[in-house]
Amino acid sequence: MPEDLVVSMQSVNKWFGELQVLKDIDVSVSSGERVVICGPSGSGKSTLIRCICELERHQQGNILVNGKSLSGARQRSPNLRGEVGMVFQQFNLFPHLSVLRNLTLAPMRVRKLSRAAAEALAMQYLERVRIPDQAHKLPGQLSGGQQQRVAIARSLCMQPLLMLFDEPTSALDPEMISEVLDTMIELAEEGMTMVCVTHEMGFAKRVADQMIFMDGGEIVEKAGPEKFFSSPDHERTRQFLSQILSH
Amino acid sequence: MTAKRIIGVLILISLLLLAGCASSQQWGWYVVNPFVHRGRINLAFLLSGIPWTIGLTLCCVLISNVLGFLISLLSLAEQRIVRILYRSYVEVFRSIPPLVSIFWVYYGLPILIDVGLEPFPAGMIALSLYGSAFMAEIFRGGVQSIDRGQFEAAHTLGLGYLDTMRFVIFPQALRRALPAIGNQLVIMLKMTSLVSVIGVSEVLRRGNELAVTEYRPLEIYTIVALQYLALVLIVSAGVRKLERRMGSDERHGGRSLGE
Repeated sequence: MPEDLVVSMQSVNKWFGELQVLKDIDVSVSSGERVVICGPSGSGKSTLIRCICELERHQQGNILVNGKSLSGARQRSPNLRGEVGMVFQQFNLFPHLSVLRNLTLAPMRVRKLSRAAAEALAMQYLERVRIPDQAHKLPGQLSGGQQQRVAIARSLCMQPLLMLFDEPTSALDPEMISEVLDTMIELAEEGMTMVCVTHEMGFAKRVADQMIFMDGGEIVEKAGPEKFFSSPDHERTRQFLSQILSH
Repeated sequence: MTAKRIIGVLILISLLLLAGCASSQQWGWYVVNPFVHRGRINLAFLLSGIPWTIGLTLCCVLISNVLGFLISLLSLAEQRIVRILYRSYVEVFRSIPPLVSIFWVYYGLPILIDVGLEPFPAGMIALSLYGSAFMAEIFRGGVQSIDRGQFEAAHTLGLGYLDTMRFVIFPQALRRALPAIGNQLVIMLKMTSLVSVIGVSEVLRRGNELAVTEYRPLEIYTIVALQYLALVLIVSAGVRKLERRMGSDERHGGRSLGE
């Protein structure tokens, strides 16, 4: 395994009961690489990235994250300690804690930072997502786009090697999508390793190094963005792209 | 708001008393008339039950909350056997009528394990066990009402199970459970009247004792009822205040519990 490989999935299989949701998945992500995964709903793309951050267990195959092997065993406390950041469709901020406390909780409890150090770190990342003035509000007082940016900052506070995005703009009102995408583009330009599940093809064209198209639990097509958008090898990819790009 | 409620209650009581006047009942309010000597003594006697009722309620609420919380942790266990243990506890203590368990603890324990308890601790144990089963269910419901996404977010941030529960899940669960906990508090307050049967000198017991010497049960039990009413109104107001302070609706920015 090459030194700079952040994620390596080898022939990963997963079932929900009888239904096979991941079929023989091979994915490698090297440091600094940006991967965009797309595909129709139910194609297994969310499940794939949820396997990388231990939210789902795989039954067969190997997943290595930064050299750590994820066992797939059921456990209550995570093996990964914030090395993999995850941004959810529904933000999943802690509604009872202020924005600042949302950001400082894990650095203080997991990384054992002092409150002052954690708050300094939090403010630094809130500046970066351009909402430092909201630090003392509760998440519910913020707009959807702001909440999602807080969620991104919260993951960044753990200084992850890799950021995962699970349809981060799907739950947002249209006028708020671009502020979140802009934040993600900036993150990509700073060299963050990213795996994004998204239907935002404009974003994909702009940042992706690798495009993956999934359907029915399989990786149908894996290609660089130029080839992927201009001349994909598979008919299913073409169909999907024509549907998603036509409107 | 509170003033309106009190006025409403007073109107209701006056209507009831008026209805009483229309019947053949001859009221004898002299037994509790604060302007005559005998009435004053009787009233003082009736009111002397209040500290016992409050004391017993506080003890029972405290124990049943702590015990209920600890028991509810069993329901979160991964092992099936532990969850069965939880279910059994809740079903058993929830199903036994509190009066029966009071008798059982007070008269049963001395026979079974040769431990004789005073009425107060006996009543306290029986009611606390009964209450803890309900509290456990309230806490369990609170935790289970929390969205999966909260657990998932904590997990991907690297928070361990205990930290996740302590900082993320329990504070939210407690806040959601607060109206139910307040309700349970009111129920417990009234349920303490049951221990009058084993001789704790609380509000109802005082009423019983006076009623048999004065032969004026209706007047006396009206005063007893008013005492409970006053206590419950105070408790309800306290619970509402607490709910407001803890901001049970996160969306509108109540004070944060975690800070």
